[in-house]
Amino acid sequence: MGPKTTAVQSNLIAAEDLAAGYREKTVWRGGNFAFGRGEFIAVIGPNGAGKTTLFRVLLGLQQPIGGSIRIFDAPPRRGNPRIGYVPQRHMIDSETNIECLELVRLGLSGKQWGFNPFSHKERDAALAALEAVGATELAHRPLGVLSGGELQRIFLAEALVSNPDILLLDEPLSNLDLRRETDLLHLINDVVRSRGVTALLIAHNINPLLPHLDKVMYMANGKIATGKPSEVLRSETLTALYGVQVEVLRDPHGNVAIIGVEEHHGDMA
Amino acid sequence: MTNNPNLLADLQQMWKFEFMQHAFEAGTIVAVIAGITGYFVVLRRSAFTAHAFSEIGFAGAAGAVLWGIPPIVGLLLGSTLGGLAIAALGRRAANRDTQIGIVLAFALGLGLLFIRLYAGYATEAYSILFGEILGISSDAVLITLVAGAVVLIVVGILYRPLLFASLDEDVAEAKGMPMLLIGTAFLLVVAAAVSFAVQVTGVLLIFSLMVTPAATAQYLSRRPQQAMMISVGIALMATWVGLFVAYYTPYPVSFFITGIVFGLYLLVRGLRLVIKPHRLSGPPVAS
Repeated sequence: MGPKTTAVQSNLIAAEDLAAGYREKTVWRGGNFAFGRGEFIAVIGPNGAGKTTLFRVLLGLQQPIGGSIRIFDAPPRRGNPRIGYVPQRHMIDSETNIECLELVRLGLSGKQWGFNPFSHKERDAALAALEAVGATELAHRPLGVLSGGELQRIFLAEALVSNPDILLLDEPLSNLDLRRETDLLHLINDVVRSRGVTALLIAHNINPLLPHLDKVMYMANGKIATGKPSEVLRSETLTALYGVQVEVLRDPHGNVAIIGVEEHHGDMA
Repeated sequence: MTNNPNLLADLQQMWKFEFMQHAFEAGTIVAVIAGITGYFVVLRRSAFTAHAFSEIGFAGAAGAVLWGIPPIVGLLLGSTLGGLAIAALGRRAANRDTQIGIVLAFALGLGLLFIRLYAGYATEAYSILFGEILGISSDAVLITLVAGAVVLIVVGILYRPLLFASLDEDVAEAKGMPMLLIGTAFLLVVAAAVSFAVQVTGVLLIFSLMVTPAATAQYLSRRPQQAMMISVGIALMATWVGLFVAYYTPYPVSFFITGIVFGLYLLVRGLRLVIKPHRLSGPPVAS
């Protein structure tokens, strides 16, 4: 299942010489990338490379310290309803006895002030989002008892319910076993393709993602390499990024092994 | 004490007394407010904060007694200041147990000093610590009614953002919701609700109206609005039955209220052990 080649008319996300970090410390610089509608992008890198920082910049939660970033042809803006977000290590207290439908509905109208019961329209939208992630039967189950994979589906529905154009998924695959990881990835890919959503997904292991990806973004040593997987997953590119000699090996199934990287971050799996 | 089996006649006899009327009026308002705000206290795991408010309120109430103003005013002032202080500690109050504990210990000490300065009698301290609903004045009922209405309106306005922020803080923040405002408004609402509830149950038994009914209700419904109504129902029932039973027995109202809500809680938890509500049932999610 190769990635669909999308005719990119205009870029939803475009960065030039983008740098992010804090007053004292630059996390990364030299971010040059452009993502069009319906592209599926993996963001890969060791812990602390600044993957989540990138999301915070895109969400408008953190100001870039250099360069420019434009989303929908405007600077990032906090609370943009066109961006759906699933944060990292996102958990729900196991004592929470509230049905899933409620959280998905809040994803649509949680910002609304005033006491008004949820309308049928909101309920239908929430149920449609649950259906889109194959979680219809979870609608009335309490959030607290869901498994990690089920919870990720609910969070995905919560992010999708407002029909966003961009989806930011921060390590949705962590803590899932292989089968659930594959299931969730297929689901995310279906959503990206059927809705034309631009999705950025942070992960540690690129292999399960490769069949679905349009682009990949590697972060390490304060630098970023972005492009098609065939462009980025090359010895020269990664050697330049990591600053040590890196070999990229491929097996007949298309799996990639990256050898020689100082910091082990799961790509050897 | 009467053996008259006629419930209506009993109620009529009880309500001849003005103090019983006031007790039922105040108890009803408090049960509604505590039942609703308690739901969010339980959902946000803020029980310790709620308890801190009641003890900071104790200092306020004791000070009020000392300076001759109605204790409810002192309670409201004390717990509101406590609410603002805790809000100033920051958004993620989960790790603030130590600071809150330090402040509330000082507040209790201050309350003790005020009580001692007042007359040296323990009666006032006793009624603030354990509740004295039978001694509520008509002024206090009026204050409770007005302030209670304000609290209900604020909770109504906050409802959805507060629920969202409580369930999914990270996403709510990313959506640009004013988390500091929501958190502070919630703390002030709890401070006010605690102040009213202290009149009924006292500082030390505050959980019986602010936590137990909502915790029980949470087991009974997965829909927040429904759970809040059940929570209010439990708080109302416990308050009314507690007042009624206490009227015909020599024992304190607060005991009956705590006893009833605790009994219900045990009953509901016990029933859940027997009837597991499809915890593991249902087919695995197909993909």
